[in-house]
Amino acid sequence: MRYYTTMSALAVLFLFPLVWSGWASMEEPGNYVEMARFGEGLGTYLSNSVLVSVMTVAGTLVVSALGGYAFARFAFPGKNLLFLATLAILMVPYATVLIPLYVLLGYIGLQNSLVGVALVFVMFQLPFALFMMRNAFEALPKELEEAALVDGCTTFRAFVRILLRAVRPAMVTVGLFAFLASWNDFFAPLILLNDGASFTLPVAVVSMTQNTFGAIDYGMLQAGVMVMAIPCLLLFLVLQRHYVRGFMSGALRG
Amino acid sequence: MTTLTRPRGRAARGGSSAAAAPPPWWRRQGAQGWLYAGPTALIVVVLFLAPLVLVGWMSLNRWPLLGEAKLNVPANYTKIADNPLFADAVWFTLKYTVIITVVLSLFALGLALLVQERRPGVGFFRTAFFLPGAVGFAAAALLFYGMLNSDFGPIDPILRTLGIIDEPVSWIGTPNMALFSTITLVLWRFAGFNMLILLTGLQAIPVAVYEAARTDGASRWVIFRRITLPLLRPTIALMLIMSITGSLLAFDQFFIFTNGGPDNSTVSMVMVIYRDAFLRFDLGGAAALSVVLLIALVALNALQMRVLRRPE
Repeated sequence: MRYYTTMSALAVLFLFPLVWSGWASMEEPGNYVEMARFGEGLGTYLSNSVLVSVMTVAGTLVVSALGGYAFARFAFPGKNLLFLATLAILMVPYATVLIPLYVLLGYIGLQNSLVGVALVFVMFQLPFALFMMRNAFEALPKELEEAALVDGCTTFRAFVRILLRAVRPAMVTVGLFAFLASWNDFFAPLILLNDGASFTLPVAVVSMTQNTFGAIDYGMLQAGVMVMAIPCLLLFLVLQRHYVRGFMSGALRG
Repeated sequence: MTTLTRPRGRAARGGSSAAAAPPPWWRRQGAQGWLYAGPTALIVVVLFLAPLVLVGWMSLNRWPLLGEAKLNVPANYTKIADNPLFADAVWFTLKYTVIITVVLSLFALGLALLVQERRPGVGFFRTAFFLPGAVGFAAAALLFYGMLNSDFGPIDPILRTLGIIDEPVSWIGTPNMALFSTITLVLWRFAGFNMLILLTGLQAIPVAVYEAARTDGASRWVIFRRITLPLLRPTIALMLIMSITGSLLAFDQFFIFTNGGPDNSTVSMVMVIYRDAFLRFDLGGAAALSVVLLIALVALNALQMRVLRRPE
């Protein structure tokens, strides 16, 4: 019994802030209305965030599925070098890459662009995503593609029709991680986006606490927190199994 | 090309087609591999390797946010020593890293041991402990920003009701309180995350090992000390490396939650880089700091791998 008392107390400590924030955001009925009117309007920020997340998830899935297949099934010159270079992304401080990326994206016409931010997110997701997808393809029996090839499929068709279907669980994990990272990230959009109309939700909601000359509207702030947090909480609760699996394979690397 | 040099690929595996003419170049193993790996290579080269080269080049130039760059080796590096904000930030970031790594690791280990065994309801507790980890760090920081506000948040009234405090507490008003509150925030957000890492390690320990120890009459403490901890060592090493690296690069919690204050007492290293680049418009200086940080981190990671992964 003592076990359950301790555990319940801990659970209350962990869940209390979330419950409080939800309650505080609804205490004044106007909080969400004000939040919707803040700055460029909630619609702008929400659609920016959705756009960046969708592009990041799609980009990560396409690049890592193709790349994972290449690393699992083909021998090609420079293979190990490319794999190491991709994993090296994990070793380099976020800021060390983002400062030059701010300049570099300007060179290629992607300054202050949601596409640019999404591409950068894809890059940061790549070590984990490529690792996951390579392992998923490696775990598939070779017979699966061979059967397809004998049936006269081209390799690419076999890849799309049969293999991608077989690695779907890994793709859900990769997609989930990509979504959570791109939806929540604050630092990259803070640096790469400099115009209020292109801000994503985290940058916009943080700006509620800064550059305000009057008092901070804490109720509206918690409404913003909820708008950011609820999609993640729901998605996590639904896809928990996939999240934990991604974790295990990530931890196995250690 | 002759059959001799034909790569072992699809054709060889396909059996029946092996006797046919050599495949066209785009059917060959190496070419196909590169076609599939192409997008990965493009992203890694353009968005990772090129920026790494560029940050090195930028660090050798006077590089204002707007305007022409001009070579000024090695001014960006020599002026680091004259940057008092950075020196303080290094010290503060190191202090923060040590404290948070110790507190977070011990707390996460406790949680992992509590949810290790399968019993009724344990799934709920695991989810409850991890749930803050699903919330973005920026959102978590803003949540605490409101929750710890003496006028708006619930913490002061609760503590007053319990008789723990009489006066409103200034949770981010003094350097020590700001650090303490930030640690609470990070603990709330990341404890479940680290618990999950340790849990995967704990579950990899075969049950038979525990059973054998118990049959031998080993006490709980002896089992923990002699079996769990040594076998968990690689997982603990991974958690420590992640926690140390993450804390050395801390930004969100101090930018959003304490805003570096009070009196610049909670300015982290990455915050100085951000300030130099985008508030003081000195991208060259920021690039030099980034390069120094990169070198320090790579050296530290190499050292950590050596020390922490050393076999017993």
